[in-house]
Amino acid sequence: MSESKLAAILKGRKSQPHQLIEVLQDVQSREGYISPSSMRDVSEALGVPLTEVYSVASFYKAFSLNPRGKNILTVCTGTACHVRGAKMVLNQATGQLGVAPSEMTQDGLFTIEQVNCLGACALGPVVTENGSSYHHMNARKVRKLIHKLSTASTEGNLNEQDQHHQ
Amino acid sequence: MNKINTINDLGTLREKLQSYRKSFRKTLILCNGTGCQASRSQDLIGSIQTELVKQGFATDILVRATGCHGFCEQGPILVVEPDNTFYCHVTPDDAEEIVRKTVAKGELIERLLYTDPVSGKTIPRESDIPFYKAQDRQLLAQNRQVDPCNIEDYIAIGGYSALAKVLSGISQKSVIAEIKRSELRGRGGAGFPTGRKWEQCSDAPGDEKYVICNADEGDPGAYMDRSVLEGNPHLVLEGMIIGAWAVNAWQGYVYVRNEYPLAVKHIRTAIEQAREMGILGENIFGTPFSFDVEVARGGGAFVCGESTALMASLEGKVGEPHPKDVHSVVDGLWHKPTVLNNVETWANVPVIMQNGAAWFAGKGSKNSKGTKILALTGHIKNTGLVEVPMGTTLETVVFTIGGGSPGKAVRAVQTGGPSGGCLPLDKLYLPLDFDALAEAGSMVGSGGIVVMDEDTCMVDVAKYFLTFLQDESCGKCVPCRLGIDRMLELVTGIAEGNGKPEDIDLLEDLAWTVSETSLCALGKTAANPVLSTLRYFRDEYDTHIHEKKCPAGVCQALITYWVDPETCTGCGVCLKECPHSAVKGEKKQPHEIDLALCEKCGICKSSCKFDAIQVR
Repeated sequence: MSESKLAAILKGRKSQPHQLIEVLQDVQSREGYISPSSMRDVSEALGVPLTEVYSVASFYKAFSLNPRGKNILTVCTGTACHVRGAKMVLNQATGQLGVAPSEMTQDGLFTIEQVNCLGACALGPVVTENGSSYHHMNARKVRKLIHKLSTASTEGNLNEQDQHHQ
Repeated sequence: MNKINTINDLGTLREKLQSYRKSFRKTLILCNGTGCQASRSQDLIGSIQTELVKQGFATDILVRATGCHGFCEQGPILVVEPDNTFYCHVTPDDAEEIVRKTVAKGELIERLLYTDPVSGKTIPRESDIPFYKAQDRQLLAQNRQVDPCNIEDYIAIGGYSALAKVLSGISQKSVIAEIKRSELRGRGGAGFPTGRKWEQCSDAPGDEKYVICNADEGDPGAYMDRSVLEGNPHLVLEGMIIGAWAVNAWQGYVYVRNEYPLAVKHIRTAIEQAREMGILGENIFGTPFSFDVEVARGGGAFVCGESTALMASLEGKVGEPHPKDVHSVVDGLWHKPTVLNNVETWANVPVIMQNGAAWFAGKGSKNSKGTKILALTGHIKNTGLVEVPMGTTLETVVFTIGGGSPGKAVRAVQTGGPSGGCLPLDKLYLPLDFDALAEAGSMVGSGGIVVMDEDTCMVDVAKYFLTFLQDESCGKCVPCRLGIDRMLELVTGIAEGNGKPEDIDLLEDLAWTVSETSLCALGKTAANPVLSTLRYFRDEYDTHIHEKKCPAGVCQALITYWVDPETCTGCGVCLKECPHSAVKGEKKQPHEIDLALCEKCGICKSSCKFDAIQVR
């Protein structure tokens, strides 16, 4: 992480060990994951031993220690979504992409995350993707969504490459 | 925003705000909670505002974007006051017509009205809808009266007057006595008497004390705390300030789930606004009392709902619970006396101080007073948030308010989240009461009620909760870490058709050991889903073990998909949709599923318009 980004996150929090989780939350949301070098930086700035930073970062679900895909699909598997078939949605998504939950696809396009409840139980099964919510999902709909996103992403990459060549 | 320097200033400001509100001809109340936002309520609000300007009503109509109204199934929701007109499933395209007809001329738009699923008739007024009518919405009703990001809205409806009353001369001891008299019990799950907790903290030695609001609502299928914090953050803050005054705390924390971005945003805005107005910070309302609140975002660990784990997390550490030899009211956050209450508990405090303990204790049952907010979800017609007096029967909640399940018959009701249990249909006469539900092997818990119909497999439900708890166990104590693991292993075996008759005894033995010997409440209650399903749905375990069948058609290893040749029209949709090329057949001829290729993903079933694909 760049020095300026880290400085912005740490503003007013330096040498305050109890701010560790809050700081890691911000690193996670800006970087998408917590890298070993971020952990070292945070450890130094807050005065928390690196082993403790690692134990906190690996304990909480909110933190990912590996890079995540361009599209993050979060499948809600709360009880209300479960009884309406969330498991089939999750199985479809991971099966279709050939990854385990929280694992990034080889092309870097997708990560399927699982969350215990988003509190939108009336609309379940719910899937969120880069800030948009999809409700009343089933295996068929998630299959189409992944297909749509992967086509859009591949085309997007091609466009970026085109622009690069020009 | 001007600072409120004296208690009298608050009253003057309230009168001014109320007359401003009265100057509008109509108020359009739009629900903008998480549920309605997922149904595009933000676009709707934009379109309504544009239309009001376009049609010349920008100055005499007030638009209020509020938190959750509770009737999430019908979102986005729009209520027009003072007529109390209720529109549901409103889209941005309806905005023009709403302004042209309802706003301008008071005409009703029939297609946007709510249709009662029982009578089939439309109901124009919100207060006549059965879902709302059978409730007693002491806390939730406030959500629709305030824009959560506007402190003035809260003040206009009488907000912070309970605090003003307390600070104008009610002693700390009298506040605690009032809360004790109200018999308020913690809404987070354990049901500990709130007044007693405050008294113990107040009596504990030391000058440095803390109050904490637990908004780490981890129970899957429960979202009442989110809706209160998101929809009416000042109510929670007011409760915390009163609590801080009573126990003499100088700092408070709101520990909130990071999965609730809107709640985090709204409570942060509320704190800033309260500081600006002198309701938080040094010398509140010009009195010698000072108190401030900070927000801490949770890291997504279920165990952090446990008080000692939550406090460890607030200190920036791994969220592991500690033994409770000394209670946190004496040795809590940073080893100082601490009061930790749940969102809904704090929200009840201003209401009690305003209306009196006797009023609160007048509602509810013998040992459970006041109202309780429930999240009614699952296979139910009216999904949403429900607030009823304690002691209301589950039957009233599920059938009168919830309208029963939409398809198949209701089979079980799961209460209390992963620490609770499943109750069968013949137990729904039970009242919503801390003690009555505990006796039946479940619990009120935080108030999640998941309705399950005949398509739900109880072995699968037990497996679901064990998977959840295994994942969420912090791993500190052996009984919880290994016991849940072994229970899950056994239940998974049963669900996959590898169960042995002796597994049931072993499960019961393990469940007993885990609940008796675990360190914290997560482990102590972890066996409840297994024990309650075994107690009430034993035959279902037996069918899985002896006949290797899943009667509800859920457990993947025990089911097969097949096409009913009588109903199949040979339309070819499933054949085209199947990602595994497992469906075969000629056009207009009944199709067949090749079981060797079928992955049981269910896509064929959900794509069939004729209900021809069955599970057995």
